[in-house]
Amino acid sequence: MPQAAGAERRGMERPDGATTLVKALESWGATHIVWLPCTETQHLSQALSRSSLVSVPVCREGETIPIAAGLYAGGKKPVVAIQNTGFFESGDSIRGLAIPFQVPIPMVIGYRGYKKDGPMSDTAAIYLEPILKTWGIKYHLVDPPDEAAIKEALQEAWDTSRLVAILLPEAEAVSR
Amino acid sequence: MMPAKDALRALAQHRTNEIVLPTMTANQLWSELSSHELDLPTMGAMSKASSLALGLALARPERRVWIIDGDGSLLMNLGSLVTIANMAPANLVHFVFNNGVYELSGRQPLPGARHIDFCGLAKSAGYRNAYHFDDLEDLHIRAAEVVACQGPALVCLHVQPGEGPRGEVVVRTAQALRRVKAVLEKSG
Repeated sequence: MPQAAGAERRGMERPDGATTLVKALESWGATHIVWLPCTETQHLSQALSRSSLVSVPVCREGETIPIAAGLYAGGKKPVVAIQNTGFFESGDSIRGLAIPFQVPIPMVIGYRGYKKDGPMSDTAAIYLEPILKTWGIKYHLVDPPDEAAIKEALQEAWDTSRLVAILLPEAEAVSR
Repeated sequence: MMPAKDALRALAQHRTNEIVLPTMTANQLWSELSSHELDLPTMGAMSKASSLALGLALARPERRVWIIDGDGSLLMNLGSLVTIANMAPANLVHFVFNNGVYELSGRQPLPGARHIDFCGLAKSAGYRNAYHFDDLEDLHIRAAEVVACQGPALVCLHVQPGEGPRGEVVVRTAQALRRVKAVLEKSG
């Protein structure tokens, strides 16, 4: 996707988004990250290579929810990380598995097209929060990346035995 | 071609403490053969039973996991072959009912049904082993070898269409998932 104007500059001014995310996942006790890289999480690979988390890369985002559900059933603490476009692709897995099975899955979503100030023009961003609301999925916009806020959202998924989304805006997630 | 239920019966004779995830056509047939506490009949997210099985296989490498998939299901989640092969769970055996039709929705033909080579797809994706059976006697003779082989392995079972359930199928996957989780926790 085209990078938002000024994203790189803003990102460099921010703390290391990918490292903050991985730190939060590790300190929360996540065991696996089931994910598909995107522009928003492009530096996650590097951060993961320095972590104890097991990386489970997928070919299509709809695989992430059932893989995470299987890991959970096997006693692990998985987290899913995909882009908002992949969230739309995962619709049937969310509808048919995550929601009715009440599986505690934290889902980190790269918020492509997010604009803090002013109207958003990318439909991947425009449709995201309305669809989350329609499906009754609790979500948290974490802007800028903050370890404590991310951990709180991770724990909420566990405490409520529900899918909880953590939205990471582009400018923050691409930062290193 | 083999009768689907007879093919499952041949496998069931070798089942000990494996986690077994039947889906689609195999759901009802397996439930008529087994009531094991580690059976996990899987409905809900179409085509994703193999992905659920991968998660279980990764979480529990000491325990063998069988997924009994459908050919239509696998075609809907074909990338999962690569995802599974990439993670290379040695404890996962991926059976595929190959009957060439969407059995549960009215036996409509699958796209490309006459040409698809599921064993070839699995091997080129990186599965360690792949087997094809269209003869029941042959399956009986080699079933012990197949269920003990190093995974990920794909076992294509060329079965007759028409053995799927009639009417609505009630599959309680959520309850089964919780039961399997509890059993696994208890077993340590």
